[in-house]
Amino acid sequence: MNIYLDSFRTFFHIGLFTIGGGYAMIPLIEAEVVEKRQWVNKEDFLDLMAVAQSCPGIFAVNISIFIGYKLRGTRGSLTCALGTILPSFLIILGIALFFQQFRDNAWVERIFKGIRPAVVALIAAPVFKMGKSARVTLTNIWIPVLAALLIWQFGVSPIYVIILAGLGGFLYGHFIQPHEN
Amino acid sequence: MLMLYLQLFYTFFKIGLFGFGGGYAMISMIQGEVVTRHGWLTSGQFTDIVAVSQMTPGPIGINSATYVGYSSLVNAGYGPLWGVLGSITATFAVVFPSFVLMLLISKFLMRYKDHPMVESVFRGLRPAIVGLLAAAALLLLTEENFGTPREPWQFYISCFLFAVAFVGNQVYKMNPILLIMGCGAAGLLLF
Repeated sequence: MNIYLDSFRTFFHIGLFTIGGGYAMIPLIEAEVVEKRQWVNKEDFLDLMAVAQSCPGIFAVNISIFIGYKLRGTRGSLTCALGTILPSFLIILGIALFFQQFRDNAWVERIFKGIRPAVVALIAAPVFKMGKSARVTLTNIWIPVLAALLIWQFGVSPIYVIILAGLGGFLYGHFIQPHEN
Repeated sequence: MLMLYLQLFYTFFKIGLFGFGGGYAMISMIQGEVVTRHGWLTSGQFTDIVAVSQMTPGPIGINSATYVGYSSLVNAGYGPLWGVLGSITATFAVVFPSFVLMLLISKFLMRYKDHPMVESVFRGLRPAIVGLLAAAALLLLTEENFGTPREPWQFYISCFLFAVAFVGNQVYKMNPILLIMGCGAAGLLLF
């Protein structure tokens, strides 16, 4: 079968059947791409995940771009990225077209009144899990606390916080760390 | 109107370029730009779209770009077709930076990923992303999402639903979709 069509279909399928975003997609991507199609081997896939994770942007899209590039260069990565994006794009567009009218419905309003606090909780819950995997300890806990305060209380854009944190890490590693010990 | 498209493109381009740390961390950036800075959505509308994203397939970055692209145009009084063009603009813009970056990395940078300089940049970035996520949650503690103590019924039920969802997810590892659906049903019954 045509590799473009095949890879598009594979990533469309992945995009269509993973609910809950990026990390929920990993097992499905692995099953399809490593085990079933054998486009990359297991070891390369782990490396690729580490790189895709440390890059900005949408994790699942980053992975699809990588694999597409491995298969057929730039055109391959366009095909795979499009496959991943298209299902959620079309579904959300459909919802956006109708949601506007249906938002003002009293029933929908009540349902969403119940859902909103739950969503805030679902955003708050992974903070602690992420703290662990980001190796936040007593010595560097001031970084997330300061970042949160700057954004929450002082209205600083998260983008500046990201730039500042990356720059800070670089300066620390370059100038201070070598003189420790 | 052209201005709005350019703003959409520039905003989501920035979100795509600086969106380290995956979906949830991106939420904070999208909120900062879309709610706080441009006022394209209210914080209640933004929470709704996060809820919809949780229940529909696909990455949250794509979902919110598509939704915001559409509604910012429609809220400004333009027709649905202009809205669709807005979704395409925002979605393209959020993916474009990673596309260029990933291609460059596929070509050249794979071998630098263990370089000490890259490592030290990430020593600053990783903890900051945790703070970003915390800020996203804190910024959503609004009247629109929880009501006010002046209306105790809605306020305390909201706090209760928050606690249930938090404990259900954090302690009992319950499926987020189930939690959202459960709280939606509770809202329908109680409000």
